[in-house]
Amino acid sequence: MAVGKRKIECPLYAEGTAVSEEDIKTRKVTHYEDHPDIRYSWTAGQAISRFLNGLKEGKILGVKCDGCKRIMVPPRMFCELCYKPIDGWVELKDTGTILTYSISYIDPDARPLPKPIVVALIQIDGASQNMAIMHLIGEIEPEKVYVGMRVKAVWKPENEREGSVTDIKYWKPLEG
Amino acid sequence: MEVEVIKGLKFQKKQDVAIVGAGMTSFKRRLNETGRELNYYAVRQALEEAGLTIDDVEIVVLGSAPDAFDGVHMKEEYLSDGAGGFDRPYMRYFVGGGTAVFAPIAGYFHVASGLADVCLVVCEEKMSSCHPHPQSAFKYIWDFFLDRPLKPNLIWIFALEMRRYMHVNNVKHEDIALVSVKNKANALDHPCSHVAEKITVEDVLNSEPMALPVRRLDVSPPSDGAAALVMVAAHKARHLTDEPVWVTGVGWSLDTTWWTNRDLYYPRYAAESAKMAYKMAHITDPRKQIDVVEPYDPFDYKELHHLEGLGFAKKGEAPILTKEGVTQRDGDLPVCPSGGLLGVGNPISAAMGVKACEIYWQLSYRAGKRQVAKEVSTGLCQAWGDLMQISTVMIMSNKR
Repeated sequence: MAVGKRKIECPLYAEGTAVSEEDIKTRKVTHYEDHPDIRYSWTAGQAISRFLNGLKEGKILGVKCDGCKRIMVPPRMFCELCYKPIDGWVELKDTGTILTYSISYIDPDARPLPKPIVVALIQIDGASQNMAIMHLIGEIEPEKVYVGMRVKAVWKPENEREGSVTDIKYWKPLEG
Repeated sequence: MEVEVIKGLKFQKKQDVAIVGAGMTSFKRRLNETGRELNYYAVRQALEEAGLTIDDVEIVVLGSAPDAFDGVHMKEEYLSDGAGGFDRPYMRYFVGGGTAVFAPIAGYFHVASGLADVCLVVCEEKMSSCHPHPQSAFKYIWDFFLDRPLKPNLIWIFALEMRRYMHVNNVKHEDIALVSVKNKANALDHPCSHVAEKITVEDVLNSEPMALPVRRLDVSPPSDGAAALVMVAAHKARHLTDEPVWVTGVGWSLDTTWWTNRDLYYPRYAAESAKMAYKMAHITDPRKQIDVVEPYDPFDYKELHHLEGLGFAKKGEAPILTKEGVTQRDGDLPVCPSGGLLGVGNPISAAMGVKACEIYWQLSYRAGKRQVAKEVSTGLCQAWGDLMQISTVMIMSNKR
């Protein structure tokens, strides 16, 4: 049998034929193309529906668990640590602290954005430690953002809110 | 909250499990071959090395990432013939990027339990079918309500995690970039590599910004490719080779999917998965007892993050090991001697070729130009995936 020989170098050979995007565009490579058009509508469920409806009213809602004593956001109907129903809803503040951030130059399809945007994890005031949500940061030069920066939500006008995380336009530095 | 994940697990097995063959295809941005053909190439090499034929295979494990890349549902069925999967028990396992080590773990249970004596593990990824860029399929990983309305790119998660790691541990980008420099250079010696090149720290720091701190050269490229492993019971291994490589420990762990509620600076999931594997393999001091490591390195900071989670360095100290050359191929703890995902390429689950397969090749002294300088007896491979919260670990040894 072919094994047990230290002289063998593995992998034995590199197989596979590289082709380029250009080869596909110019039909040098035999291929078939399709563009699936499937639509979905996802229901938001018990906890997130209430959270999104709260945003519509200009409120950030969290939940509390008396078992682990955590105040959680985003809200959920059951505590995943204690594995029991949550013990109530709490209104949190619309201020928070940046735990980490990124300056993004690309959109969801990896295409360049017209100008970079700042995204951050924001620990919401009134919730337990590390209870953050992901959101955008605005009204500041990207290079001036830092970890630990205090921020405040900038809401859309009431008549434009639709029960989405984008009812908060972005978060801006909290002065003072 | 500290949770003892491995409490109550019993590490009893019916028989010892050895790896006797491995194979992989080229990793490239776009390969003309179909997934079936790639599987066939990888399997043929693994069987050739093992000295077996497909008729000797009793059970087949397939690992492959989201169907959205290939644009075909239940792709395990589509891929089955190339994987040698019909007329014998065949099943797909999938935990995102973690599949690269989870598929061999699944192969391990099939043999260790006594269900089969010869198991073939095949991992395939064809990311290029989703074009112009597979990033468009990654969009559907995000939460519908909380994340997607913000129009995120998947890189955001990693950028946020990298910044948090740098902030808490006071690590500079230039120290992280050394990982990319090392792995891309290591990959020059890998015949299958996609983006092997000699680069400098400045090249990384000046490369195109994606989502800062992440720049183009901090990231591994999406690739097409396949890999295969042959795992057999001890009594079969004896007939095949004098130098099998034994699987001595496996572990995996999942952290919460409420990813914005975790402190991202430390990979607790990696620590938990390692704890399970170390307990099984009787490892108490990984830095001393493990000779070569292939941690999952889709981003340069992830190699450091994972080394800390796996217990090879204290929190925030993995960059020091890198800076001092300890993790080079001729260092005291070679890390990613294959060139890893950063150098060889990142075909999600097929990264098994540079993780589990590489550790097997290193421990059987078949890695050729990639062979590490020191004498090796024990190695560890690890992969990471899902919504960045699963870690899968396998420990191998050339001593039983």
